[in-house]
Amino acid sequence: MTGRVRVDRDRCCGSGNCVVTAPEVFDQDDEEGLVLLRFTAPAPETLALVRRAADLCPAGAITVE
Amino acid sequence: MTPAALTDLPLWPPTNLGRDPLVPLDAGERDRFDAPVTKVRLPTDATAWLVTRHADVRQLLRHPGFSADLTRPGFPLLRALPPESLSDRRGGFIRMDGIEHSRLRRMLTAEFMIKSIRRIEPLIRQTVESTLDDLRDAGPPADLVATFALPLPSMVICHLLGVPYADHDFFQLRSRTLLDRSAAPELVRTHVGELRDYLHGLVEAKCAAGDRGDDLLSRLARDRVDTGELAVDELVGMALLLLIAGHETTANMIGLSTLLLLREPDRYAALRDDPDQAETLVEELLRYLSIVRTGLPRLALEDVEVGGQLIRAGEGAIAVLSTANRDAAVFDGPDEFDPYRQAHQHVAFGFGVHQCIGQPLARAELRIALVELARRFPGLRLAAPDGPLPTRDNSIVFGLDALPVTW
Repeated sequence: MTGRVRVDRDRCCGSGNCVVTAPEVFDQDDEEGLVLLRFTAPAPETLALVRRAADLCPAGAITVE
Repeated sequence: MTPAALTDLPLWPPTNLGRDPLVPLDAGERDRFDAPVTKVRLPTDATAWLVTRHADVRQLLRHPGFSADLTRPGFPLLRALPPESLSDRRGGFIRMDGIEHSRLRRMLTAEFMIKSIRRIEPLIRQTVESTLDDLRDAGPPADLVATFALPLPSMVICHLLGVPYADHDFFQLRSRTLLDRSAAPELVRTHVGELRDYLHGLVEAKCAAGDRGDDLLSRLARDRVDTGELAVDELVGMALLLLIAGHETTANMIGLSTLLLLREPDRYAALRDDPDQAETLVEELLRYLSIVRTGLPRLALEDVEVGGQLIRAGEGAIAVLSTANRDAAVFDGPDEFDPYRQAHQHVAFGFGVHQCIGQPLARAELRIALVELARRFPGLRLAAPDGPLPTRDNSIVFGLDALPVTW
């Protein structure tokens, strides 16, 4: 478990759950409103929230390795 | 299956009226549909697998082996479909799959993302204040649904889309027909046609040179229709979808939420004294009230096992959001209303790629509406506390038709 986060913008449906859950790590771009990763290796204290964001992503676009 | 066996199956959705509006299913219905997956009969005499558990509902709604396209043969319909021409279907991406769906949805994701909704919060706040002025002027007593819960989201979505609110009687009536499971197919077709004609005129005007307002439909006309990415009747279909979805859902959440809070005056008072708690309160309201109570229907395109049941290609399945939101495996004491719980796992907005695109808008409207209501009307109470409240039992989106209040 490295805690490395990946996002798949092709799968993203722009629900924004990740931005609500872990705004330090996730954002949405202005043009398409699709997921953007602020950090690929987020701070350990935010990892629980990142996992929650991955769980809540309706499209399964977030993975935590 | 023989006809005799068909009638042995439990009917979904349940038809008994008169239950408490805050209770999605009564005890008897909970028993009848208690299994993770139950075969049910629909009002159209079709059969479908009813999927009730949280994990299974999420699996079903996220699985690419299930289609949301209700024009496919065998799709589990709750009412007969009006004969539909291909052009009637265009733009309605909620009923499309795969690339066809994502192509249209992605034209809207930036419009509804959190940053965009934050920019329009002043407009929401201003609309809440003016509709609360109307509530004040209408009573006491007054009908909170007619003066506040319904006009607020209607005004906001009209403003966003660039649809004249002055026409709201026209499209409100027709949008209700589209959600009414008891409406005759011919009436549904007539009302869809009238709404499409209305929106077509509006979109054509926005596409015409000279009319370039700063609203969503104008932006799509300029950025997508002018560039050839989007056909006019697709834009009309998208506008229709957003107008209907933006009308009934938030309105019914505001009405039912107010009823719940008035029955629990301490929670209502707490909202006024500590508005910061509104965000978690709204999540719990979404979980607890689950207004899309008939569930989300899908058609299996391949064999998929859900909740231990093999659902075969060609069979229908219905994801019941309200039971998933009261699944004890996910929520402790699921039938308790607890605004302090972490309710974020609820599926009130659905799950999968069709999950409600307007959820940031819905959350903002609910939060601002309830906080301002509690602040402006601290003494609000039900005007007819013992009488039955008129509910929208035949609607795909459950809610109150009226909520008499006084203060």
